[in-house]
Amino acid sequence: MDEKKVREVARLARLELSDEEVERFAADLESILEAFKELDNVDTDGLEPSFHPVKIEDVFREDTPEKPLSQEEALSNSPNTEDGFFKGPRIV
Amino acid sequence: MSVKEFLESGKDYDYSKLEKELEKLERFNFFISRARAGTGGGILKGLPVSIKDNICVKGVQTTAGSRILEGYVPPFDSTVSLRIKESGGIIIGKTSQDEFGFGTFSTNCAYGVPKNPWDPERSCGGSSGGAAGLTAALNMPHIAIGQSTGGSISCPASFCGVVGLTPTYGLVSRYGLIDYGNSLDKIGPIGRSVFDVALMLEIIAGRDNRDQTCIGEKEDYTGYIGKDFKGKVGVPKEYFENVDEGVEKVVWDSIKKLEGEGVEYEEVSLPLTDAALYSYYIIATAEASTNLAKFCGMRYGLHEELRGNFNEYFSRVRGKGFGEEAKRRIILGTYGRMAGYRDQYYMKALKVRTKVIQEFRNVFKRVDLIVAPTMPMIAPRFDEIKKLKPLEVYQMDRLTVPPNLAGLPHLSINSGFSKGMPVGLHIIGDHFQEGPIISLASMYESLRGDVKYPEV
Repeated sequence: MDEKKVREVARLARLELSDEEVERFAADLESILEAFKELDNVDTDGLEPSFHPVKIEDVFREDTPEKPLSQEEALSNSPNTEDGFFKGPRIV
Repeated sequence: MSVKEFLESGKDYDYSKLEKELEKLERFNFFISRARAGTGGGILKGLPVSIKDNICVKGVQTTAGSRILEGYVPPFDSTVSLRIKESGGIIIGKTSQDEFGFGTFSTNCAYGVPKNPWDPERSCGGSSGGAAGLTAALNMPHIAIGQSTGGSISCPASFCGVVGLTPTYGLVSRYGLIDYGNSLDKIGPIGRSVFDVALMLEIIAGRDNRDQTCIGEKEDYTGYIGKDFKGKVGVPKEYFENVDEGVEKVVWDSIKKLEGEGVEYEEVSLPLTDAALYSYYIIATAEASTNLAKFCGMRYGLHEELRGNFNEYFSRVRGKGFGEEAKRRIILGTYGRMAGYRDQYYMKALKVRTKVIQEFRNVFKRVDLIVAPTMPMIAPRFDEIKKLKPLEVYQMDRLTVPPNLAGLPHLSINSGFSKGMPVGLHIIGDHFQEGPIISLASMYESLRGDVKYPEV
């Protein structure tokens, strides 16, 4: 993990970092990834990955209509709204 | 007065006295927001309940301890909040925590660091630090709701000398929880006694149509209190490696005390303990980095002037709104899921998790429960924490992470003191074994006697 890699990952994650943060994270993550090598010593041949710690089964419920949030409630946490819509940054 | 005494007294709760008491505690930073939500009545009869800040309460600011959610007021209740209100609990506020739960000491806080009531120079533990600190400091009946991803109920319960119960993954609905790691997050109670947490679990556990991962059937948990634990416990030798001498002694004294009452123990081995820690950090950061993608300065939370294209806008808001540890985990989690690294880190960690679960299963063929120290040390001082590198902080979760990774229920109870600070005894069971855990904890609690909480 070097500074170039941190910048590449930060760009993918849409995260603005200062030069000082890039430098610090590169050093931190280098030592963390080094520690993760512990997993190379664990033989996992033939094992399935556990996406959950317990078995999750499909559950069904009656399809009964409920009252959803009103438009006003849904928009209540944004200062950037117009005509009942959220306003976002431009796409192009 | 205990919660049980209050509920049996038939008296109204003295909220003007509570306000005065909470005013005295302001300097400890236990709360991010105060509230008074609920109508009372029911089985909780107006008992005050505090809620960790990452759990949505309708009409009350909910930030998960992060600047990026400052001012967010949920227009809905989490299932847990709703069930508490329906049972007559009064929600008195949202307690401080590490941002999104990213921390072991509640020092990664955007709104003030909670201080330990036993020594304000020390940490409450994390990430449910405000919840545990308030429980220890408030000398009036109250129950707190915490939440654990990798130890965030047990660690602060241990450091503050209270009882913290982390249920089996899926037993309590996560609807309305601001996710950290969806396959790891568990909501659970923190209280002064085993009765308090058993009672609260009865209220919040059970299936919910709004959370598909909510499984299992709830039980009469308070019915396990006072029931003698008849099984055998296992003591994992790896859980005593690199443990402070004072902590080790206190925990062994407790195990011997239980032995004196007929609880047999045998040494067991969990060789994957270190691997579990790193597997957890890969999975947790991978899940966190996807969960945090939705915080981008639109719809709710921190907003900025709409300037630049969407990439520039999102990156700027996120760079400004997330704290240092959140940024570190986003980078780490994104990296572990990237093309070319995914098999080496994320998929490998999920397979190691399978093996960790199998390892616990094998131990539970021989013993009914596992007992160990909750944390390898007492609550550290803030000046000591400042000197720790991120990896060193992660390594302090070595004892709490494995049961969390495996989704196993666990409970931390005060086991005594070292250098005047509380030490936690950890009791871990197989999936859905909350009942026997509560039996053993209540048996230990009556042997130990009451904890004398500090006057603050």
